Amino acid sequence: MSDAVEVKTLIIDERPVSARRGQTILEVAREYGIHIPTLCHLDGLSDVGACRLCLVEIKGSSKLVPACVATVSEGMEVSTNTERLLKIRRTILELLFAERNHICSVCVASGHCELQSLAQELGLTHIRLPYRNPQLPVDASHERFTADHNRCILCTRCVRVCAEVEGAHVWDVMGRGIDCLIISDLHEDWGASTSCTSCGKCVEVCPTGALFNKSKIGSGHPKDPYFLPFLNQMRDAR
Amino acid sequence: MSKLKLATVWLDGCSGCHMSFLDMDERLLELAELVDVVYSPLVDAKEFPAGVDIALVEGAVSSADDEKKIRKVRAHSKMLVAMGDCAVTGNVPSMRNPIGPEAILNRAYMENASAQQQIPCVVVPKLLKVVRPVHELVTVDVFLPGCPPSAATFHTVLMALVNGEPLDIPALTRFGA
Amino acid sequence: MTIEELEQIAKNVRLENSKFDYEVNVCMDLACASQGAGQLRDALAKAAESAGKKVLIRRTGCMGPCSSGPLVRVDPEETLYRKVNASHGEAIISALGGLPVPELQCDLNEHFGSQVRVVLENAGYIDPEKIDDYIARDGYKALLTVLTEMTPSGVIHRVTESGLRGRGGAGYPTGLKWDTVAKAGGDLKYVVCNGDEGDPGAFMDRSVMEGDPHRVIEGMAIAGYAVGAGKGFIYVRAEYPVAVARLSAALRDARRHGLLGNSICGTPFSFDVEVRLGAGAFVCGEETALIASIEGRRGSPKPRPPYPAVAGLWGKPTLINNVETFANIAPIIRNGGRWFFNMGSERSKGTKVFALTGRITNSGLIEVPLGIKLRKIIEDIGGGVPAGHTFKAVQTGGPSGGCIPAGMLDVGVSYDALMRMGSIMGSGGMIVMDDTSCMVNVARFFVEFCMTESCGKCVPCRAGTAQMYTLLTRIATGAGTMDDLEMLEELCATVKEASLCGLGQTAPNPVLSTLKYFRNEYLEHILHKRCPAGVCTMEAAAEVSA
Repeated sequence: MSDAVEVKTLIIDERPVSARRGQTILEVAREYGIHIPTLCHLDGLSDVGACRLCLVEIKGSSKLVPACVATVSEGMEVSTNTERLLKIRRTILELLFAERNHICSVCVASGHCELQSLAQELGLTHIRLPYRNPQLPVDASHERFTADHNRCILCTRCVRVCAEVEGAHVWDVMGRGIDCLIISDLHEDWGASTSCTSCGKCVEVCPTGALFNKSKIGSGHPKDPYFLPFLNQMRDAR
Repeated sequence: MSKLKLATVWLDGCSGCHMSFLDMDERLLELAELVDVVYSPLVDAKEFPAGVDIALVEGAVSSADDEKKIRKVRAHSKMLVAMGDCAVTGNVPSMRNPIGPEAILNRAYMENASAQQQIPCVVVPKLLKVVRPVHELVTVDVFLPGCPPSAATFHTVLMALVNGEPLDIPALTRFGA
Repeated sequence: MTIEELEQIAKNVRLENSKFDYEVNVCMDLACASQGAGQLRDALAKAAESAGKKVLIRRTGCMGPCSSGPLVRVDPEETLYRKVNASHGEAIISALGGLPVPELQCDLNEHFGSQVRVVLENAGYIDPEKIDDYIARDGYKALLTVLTEMTPSGVIHRVTESGLRGRGGAGYPTGLKWDTVAKAGGDLKYVVCNGDEGDPGAFMDRSVMEGDPHRVIEGMAIAGYAVGAGKGFIYVRAEYPVAVARLSAALRDARRHGLLGNSICGTPFSFDVEVRLGAGAFVCGEETALIASIEGRRGSPKPRPPYPAVAGLWGKPTLINNVETFANIAPIIRNGGRWFFNMGSERSKGTKVFALTGRITNSGLIEVPLGIKLRKIIEDIGGGVPAGHTFKAVQTGGPSGGCIPAGMLDVGVSYDALMRMGSIMGSGGMIVMDDTSCMVNVARFFVEFCMTESCGKCVPCRAGTAQMYTLLTRIATGAGTMDDLEMLEELCATVKEASLCGLGQTAPNPVLSTLKYFRNEYLEHILHKRCPAGVCTMEAAAEVSA
């Protein structure tokens, strides 16, 4: 196979677009300004295809595919915005809101929360599902940061940024199903973690108010996950 | 054209939505040309009247009394608007749900009381086991999230409802706004 | 080891066996063993000794009709005794050479008559811990034939020709999968056997691994040769300690006989197998989760593609097949692809092992040609539901499957037909239900199973199954409304379409199929606060009216 970049042409939402071989549908869509909602995806981290918000339709297949991991192929016809997809996305958001205790009005992330903005973007005005109201811990043992599991959506961005970028792997997932919980080290207090470098990357990439900086209580403190692609670029260059 | 009958109801909420409603200021006069406020914490009526056109409900359903009220409001109103996050999602009142009413009452009236430790049980209505948003009990026609929805949102929404115009609520407000 | 040596071993076994006048086979599978088959075997041995008869007492794997156990079969007469206990030992021994013991004799002609045994051909005939027993019944002949006479592509051709489809549930054509792995680049490839059988009521794979472990190993070694892999893993759930022990012993014996290891049979082909234990997660039956688990990571699935056939274990091309799929390989090699192809229905070839359980007279393990009518399985082989009750539904495919009503019993069992009926073939669990089962409760049971077994990675499965369970609980307790039912149906659609792996994608099936065929039962619960089968207690309805 030659090293030359192989170009694929495909159609996204009735627009002809061209892409490089191996690119994901999401990457190509973004290059062309076509918006596909995402939550677990973050530029600079590996993709897990877990939130299912970026599901798209491919002509000729009844199966939906996650745009963040599905790669382009020649002649592919992708739809990112059908009624079927919008319905699924709204239901997924409703599932997330009903799963834990998301009280936007008292959340430090209100106004900068990806879950909150997605709800507005997708036209969610209420949650039809019964709220589950689970009792969940708040870990404020770290001197600078707090982990409030009531607001966690288990996107695992924190797990990935810590393992892949910081290299500390403080975070991981414990338990299964609806009882999953993000834990630090072997389910110890964050403040007692010996592996945590207190770099704060997890806080910056957290899409909700689940991880926040104690010095920034109150709303109006946007997070900044955009350092990641640059950081990766700099590392690659070295 | 006769004026529409508007009611506002206060369940378990902080009254912030009503305050925001009042923040419409001079626009209230414009509204008053179009509607009569027939029932509200802001007016004298003691009983929720029949034949209400638009009922704005603030607050979550937290007590037996709230539940009774909301069912009556629903039965007597053509259009029910869940006003603000408490009515729409349960919001702050629902934060007691994970631990239950007993724990919350104990904390407030026993553990933290320096004198006369007792849980009130006379006159005050019994708390429900779970605080629920309005739509889990009765049908809601319009959802107006926000904590509270801004005065501008109130104005736009009410004018549209009174005039029977289409509404794009997500463009105006959101959870926690 | 050469074919000649293999034949010599077989000859020796036959010679050894011919020293006995009778063979008494005692089923020592879980169901029989738990009812005292061990003491029974000792009693038989003692009785034979004191009677001075030359009797070979052999412990075997599962004979099939577990509800009649403990089972004993006397050869060469092939007399089957049912519900035998240690006190019957002397009677059985003294009846040898004469008429069978009448009160123990078991007439299961109808039960066995409609069965065809390929995977279970050795079940009840060999001691699972004796490799020589397996060899005496043509064991490892297929492997040595393949190594000495066939090319890898020839092997794949034969498997493709047989029409064998994956027995783990989805029914992907086995030959095609082997071909993909064979064609994948790289020197390092793996073969994985999925023995993480987790469906409630299913025990086909356990029975094969415990009763005939070498059959699985032989299938894997053949697969390794065909796809170019030198290493295999059997992933077994730790809840199957006997299977783990038998497989480990079988691997040791196979290595000693030179049937695994370096340069098998003097050919350049080297292959070995390791047993890996699952830690009790149902989701690890999903191939990408299984791979993660073998690698030592959290067992949660990954989006496919890339498929394991291209990038599996440690990123290398990996062939993953189910226990029963591997168990079919040796007979296909020995008898030819056409032989297998000629059994079964149009698009579902060969036989399938089912674990027949629930409200059925003869519960146990059966093997039938695909295409057989469900009615035949339930009424003839299974002996129907207990007297005085009426058949209501049969649940196939475990938590991923659906409930098939009485009106559809004349459909032939195949991958496609079951799919059309809203169920799936699955790994082979078949739970029969009669009028004492409430279908809402059944759906709720399976949804609860999926909820607690969801890995929690993707939102629709993690939170969706939990919400489905909440709504079903409302309905089953009498608190449900028609709005709840509507929401339940919408959730089913979302969980099915949007979940990451098969667990979530199929979790709504038990709900959807019961809604399709037994909607009335849901409506009774919701509108009249009544459970027609009298199973649900409807406590919430009682609370409201009180």
